[in-house]
This record gives sequence, structure tokens and C-alpha cells, in this order.
Amino acid sequence: MRDTFVATATAFLDDPRTAIVLADISAAAFAPAAARHPDRVINVGIREQLMVGVAGGLALTGQRPIVHSYAPFLVERAYEQIKLDLDHQGVGAVLVSVGASYDRAAAGRTHLSPADVALIDTLHDWTVHVPGHRDEVPGLLRDVVCGQDSAYVRLSTQSNARAYPDAGDLRVVRDAGPGAPLLVAVGPVLDQALAAVADLPVTVAYTHRPRPFDTAGLRALAGAEVILVEPYLAGTSARVVGAALADRPHRLLTLGVGRSELRRYGTPADHDRWHGLDAAGLRRSVDAFLSPVLA
Amino acid sequence: MTTTTATDPAVLRALLDRVRAGREFGANVYSTLDVLQVLYDRVLRITPETVDDPDRDRFLLSKGHAVAGYYALLAAKGFVPVTWLDDQGGPDSRLGDHPDRLLVPGVEIGSGSLGHGLGLGVGTALGLRAQGRFDPRVYVLLGDAELDEGSNHEAIAYAGATGLANLTAIVLDNRSASHGWPGGAASRFTVNGWTAATVAGRDHEALHTALTGHDNHRPHVVVAVVTDGE
Repeated sequence: MRDTFVATATAFLDDPRTAIVLADISAAAFAPAAARHPDRVINVGIREQLMVGVAGGLALTGQRPIVHSYAPFLVERAYEQIKLDLDHQGVGAVLVSVGASYDRAAAGRTHLSPADVALIDTLHDWTVHVPGHRDEVPGLLRDVVCGQDSAYVRLSTQSNARAYPDAGDLRVVRDAGPGAPLLVAVGPVLDQALAAVADLPVTVAYTHRPRPFDTAGLRALAGAEVILVEPYLAGTSARVVGAALADRPHRLLTLGVGRSELRRYGTPADHDRWHGLDAAGLRRSVDAFLSPVLA
Repeated sequence: MTTTTATDPAVLRALLDRVRAGREFGANVYSTLDVLQVLYDRVLRITPETVDDPDRDRFLLSKGHAVAGYYALLAAKGFVPVTWLDDQGGPDSRLGDHPDRLLVPGVEIGSGSLGHGLGLGVGTALGLRAQGRFDPRVYVLLGDAELDEGSNHEAIAYAGATGLANLTAIVLDNRSASHGWPGGAASRFTVNGWTAATVAGRDHEALHTALTGHDNHRPHVVVAVVTDGE
């Protein structure tokens, strides 16, 4: 996904409004673009507060900044800059992260960022994309860069086998019929979610755009049971789903990355298993949740 | 084009008193007045008619708490109606204890949390340069205590290393940093390749010379020292 992002963002530089702001991460990949557009590919060094501040200043002059780093450094370290240098100034930027929740699991806690989407979700009117396949990246990136508002794009080394480029709104991947329990998978957890419920009468819908969440699609698809599977902090979208279905009796199961610090290394697959996000773990949770209705 | 209309100090004081409305103001409010007057009278190429002109000079008040004199000056120059100064901070006022660029014409950034203006100023300077606008200049007003914030030092190092020539930082040095700046605030900039001038913060001629003393090759800092308590 990162290679696709670099190629796509580099192509956007043909528009003189586009600027790319880096803090050393991926600077080598953008070096050819920087050679061609030295005034609009800006590497500030390992200075994430400045990276976001510069993006705010660029936007104040009418540029459209794309800001890129590792998720914890982009979103968590520079959170006040995001809040004040972008939102409070009334300007927008496109933030693109790599690393996701635990792409570099062996790097340990400093490089893990399961809370990034929840943090962005404290802000108003951001678009959030969590692509599940590299081929989803160019289209969604074009949509947000061509806009004026702020957006967060969360890239990952984890991927589904198949791309659904148009799945900003909920896309039904598996239809179990009216009234069936609905499982919504966000981004690169779709394949394990499909595997988990393969032999269950559960409708599976997919999106790579958790904000704004497709609440109309949710209301059209949801019965009395809703299962949300997100590759970041568990429950991040619970408030959105809860509000969308507030007028209906329903039960909601939110699955995702847990809050506790595991202090373990290993691989992303290990962390999926430890957080119950592998197919077997998801199945255990879904079985327990649906046992009253499927028994 | 340079605006040379001098602000009558008596008018400015009267406007400031209108903002003050009997409240006690800290020394930081008064220590900023002279720099603001010199900037708006003699340096900044900006008028109420050009607040949206992409080729205007930018003034970014980073120490957003020094706002009373700022509002008074914006009123004196016609950026905001004088009547806005009444009930400053009230429920229907557009003038808070920190300025909001979306509420106040002529205000370039919303500030208040220290350490944000210089990064925004660097980005603004880069944006102007990317657009081939080499005429407008970006001025950012900070306090010496504000320099405690590490974000400033990210901006100082980067702007110096890359020779960001259209940026001027102004440090209003009223000796309020808890741990001081041994060797002077300017040295934090010059070691990173900035040009610098340290002047008496109430001397309008010295301020003018310093504020126009950039060499157009490097970023410039003016340290305006105000130690007389007001």
C-alpha cells in the first residue's frame, strides 16, 4: 500500500496546489518527486510537530498538504497540532499513515498505534479511510486530496485478497437474507471475518471508510444483531452504530484491538490471534454473541 | 508600498482602555504595544482592504495572550470596528482572550496554546515560496517564555537549515522564561543560521531598523527586549 501511495501522491504533484510534507519516514521513496518539485515535497526531518504545523501554514496559503509518517508519530505525537494547526485554523490536510495497529509488531509499543482512528474521531467532520487492499488506495486518495476538508488515510501491510475500490459505502460481500445478523468488516480484517462466519447465516458487509460511516447503508442492512470488526481499537465505531440504530432494539458486538499493552513482539498474525482478530478468535466471539439466536 | 500612517499613541491607549474596561492587565500586554505599532505603522504591507490578498505580508501573533494591544491596534487601523472592543470576552463578542482567525478580520492565525505560531509561519513561508510569491514576508511574534516550547526549536532548526529567507521571528523578551535564556534568546536562532538583531523593545527607530534588517537569504529574528516592567 505504501508503494501505491507514493506513486499516487507523486502523480498528484502535477497539480501545483499539492504539497507533500514528510518527517524522514518514506523520504527516500519520495526522493525522485522531491528532485522534480523541491518546493512542494518538504521533508522537515524528524520533527512531527513541525510537520503538521507546516501543513497548516501551507493550507493557509491555499496549498493542499499531504502529510505522511508512522501512525503513532503522525497522530499521537502531533495531536495538538492536528487539533489547532489544522482544525482550529479552519484549514484541511490529508494525513496518510503507515504502521497501523501492529504492522511492525517486533518493534514494540512505540511503533504500535491501535488508538489512531479513535483519536482522529475526537475531531469534527474528518473523513477516515482504512483501505483493505492496495488497489483501493488510488481512488480513495484522489477523492480526499481533491476535497477541501481533512482526511486520515490509514495504510497497512495487512491486506485482503480482493480489492473493493468503491466500498466507501457499505458493500455487501455475503448476503444471508433479510433479518440475518450483520457483520461489518472495516479494511484489512475482511478475509478473516469472512472465514470466521463462512458456515453461519450472517450477512457480511465491507467498508474502507469508517468516517463518515455509511449509516444509511447500515440501517438498510441491519437486523437485531450487528457485529463490528475493526483493525484498530475495539469499539471505535460503536458510538456511530449505536446512534444510527438508536430507534431500534438491537444488540451490538464490537471487535478490534484490545486496550491492554501486551508487551509481546512476534508478527501481525500473532497479534491478530492475541486480540482475537484471527478467524478462530472472531468465530469464538461471534458464536458467543449469536448463541441466543442461532441455538 | 509601505503603510506609513503613524498610530497616535494616545488613541491607541484609549482603545486599549476600552478593551481593558477597568480590568488589570499584565505587563505582557503593554510590552507588546511598541512592536505592534512599528509593525503595523511602518513594516507590514497589509490594510483592511488587503486581508485576503495572497501577496499581503503575514503577521502571526503566536503569543496569543498578548491580545488586548493587538485588538486595539486592529481597531485603530480599521481592521475591526471600534465597537467590537467593548465587552471583549463576553458571550456575544468576537474577541476572545486569545484571537480566532475565523472570527476577527486581519487575524492570520488562531493562537493561545504556545508554540504553534512559528511552525504555522514556516508553512506559510513555504507555501508563498512554492507559489512564486517572493514579495510577501511572514512575521511571527513570540515571547521569550514561549521559546520554552520545544516545537519552536523544531521550526528554528529547520528554517535555518533550509535558509527560509521570507520568515522573520520576533521574540518579545520581557524576561519571563522561568529558566531564562543564558547568552540571549537570539543565540538559539543564530546557531541555526538565522540573522539576528537584539534591540530595545520600546525604541521605535531601533525596532524599525531591526524589523527591516533581513538579508533575503536567511530567516531573520528580532529580539525586542523590554525590562522596564510595563
